[in-house]
Amino acid sequence: MIEVKDLYKSFDDKEVLKGINTIFEDGKTNLIIGQSGSGKTVLMKNLVGLLEPTSGQVLYDGRDFVQMSKQEKVMMRREMGMIFQSAALFDSLTVLENVMFPLDMFSPMTLRERTQRARECLDRVNLIGAEKKYPGEISGGMQKRVAIARAIALNPRYLFCDEPNSGLDPKTSLVIDDLLHSITHEFGITTIINTHDMNSVTTIGENILFIYEGHKEWQGVSADIMQSTNKRLTDFIFASDLLKEMRSLVNEHRAKQ
Amino acid sequence: MKLLHNWLTHFGQFIILMGRTFSRPERMRMFFKEYTKEMAQLGINSIGIVLLISFFIGAVICIQMKLNIQSPWMPRWVSGYTTREIMLLEFSSSIMCLILAGKVGSNIASEIGTMRVTQQIDALDIMGVNSACYLILPKILGMVTIMPLLVIFSSAMGIIGAYGTAYIAHILPPDDLTLGLQHDFQPWFVWMSIIKSLFFAFIISAVPSYFGYNVEGGSVNVGKASTDAVVSSSVLILCSDVFLTQLLS
Repeated sequence: MIEVKDLYKSFDDKEVLKGINTIFEDGKTNLIIGQSGSGKTVLMKNLVGLLEPTSGQVLYDGRDFVQMSKQEKVMMRREMGMIFQSAALFDSLTVLENVMFPLDMFSPMTLRERTQRARECLDRVNLIGAEKKYPGEISGGMQKRVAIARAIALNPRYLFCDEPNSGLDPKTSLVIDDLLHSITHEFGITTIINTHDMNSVTTIGENILFIYEGHKEWQGVSADIMQSTNKRLTDFIFASDLLKEMRSLVNEHRAKQ
Repeated sequence: MKLLHNWLTHFGQFIILMGRTFSRPERMRMFFKEYTKEMAQLGINSIGIVLLISFFIGAVICIQMKLNIQSPWMPRWVSGYTTREIMLLEFSSSIMCLILAGKVGSNIASEIGTMRVTQQIDALDIMGVNSACYLILPKILGMVTIMPLLVIFSSAMGIIGAYGTAYIAHILPPDDLTLGLQHDFQPWFVWMSIIKSLFFAFIISAVPSYFGYNVEGGSVNVGKASTDAVVSSSVLILCSDVFLTQLLS
């Protein structure tokens, strides 16, 4: 479980996070949603330690990540996997080498075992056959799947995904969502996903945090989000005319019943 | 005042980065893999350009000396002697490193800078890898290892270039050139050249790494970092050349 307590983050005199308090539950897909510039990525970077909070705590099973020593942070990070918006694969390495990289760095396995494990991860994301290709030779969706395979290679306890559907077509987005959701349950990982994608919210969001201008505006499960009366949340979710129309149709249907 | 503040900030950040760079690698196996790769990429791949430039510069120096210095009042070994001294003392160490600062420096800054803007360095940090040590240390040690070899190749090729003017263009008799090349030879000058090049190798690899590692923004900033890296390392090579020459002479 990851608990965030009174998290503030400022850049010079601009306050981006204004006292976030939340809990990301174990074995669930936790979603962070919000408009561009609301502070989602800054929150995630604070969670993984790429940014230092101005004040507040990030507790991993009760242990404050901010107060950990350098060595403790390194050990903690080995329990984390992260999928970046741009996939962030190493250009100079092949797909197989990318997945093997964390194993090469930290695993005591033999070369044969490491290769076997990397192939298992690639198989899990349906990428067997692409092992010898370089990141530049595969599609954006495949790159995201390689990033997922690399992130799960060391069996992490926490998986962070920064807009994993960004730049992907709706069908590929569904594949990525399904994959993240099933991996979360299969391995009991605590997954935290930053997203704008409303389809992800309704299909895989088990715990949803809505951030508005740097503070927590709403938190709940996907079943509640459609019935929410929070104006900022509904304005965000039903921003498109199509969704507004669908919502009014659903409401009409419910009224008739 | 602002310039001094800026310079001190950069210097402080550079020292901190070097502190992170010169730490024990997480996996020695991975370090040696990167180290040999960098030696090949930065050093071995530069041999061609080093040999080509050294050959022509050696030939040109010899021609200039013969045409502008040699006279009936001068000993016949003077052209060969000055060619050897210029090649050994300045060209093969300092000027060759200035040229490599352009080739290798821009390569390092743009490679690391691109990794920064595409979040590959963030990915390393998240994994718990010391990204500075993993990316920069093999480049610095690879360059420092290979540089003496490049200096020796450059000096030898410069002398071959000088012989080219003697045998092919008949600018001066080969015997006179040989006499000059052998005249009052001091082996310390070879060591001096190598010692200087080791310092320059550090500058060529560490300074562009710093600029690349601290890139913020996008591709435009990667290009700017690459230019800044080449300019800064060239200036540092020239400044340190003055001190090193004074110190080692």
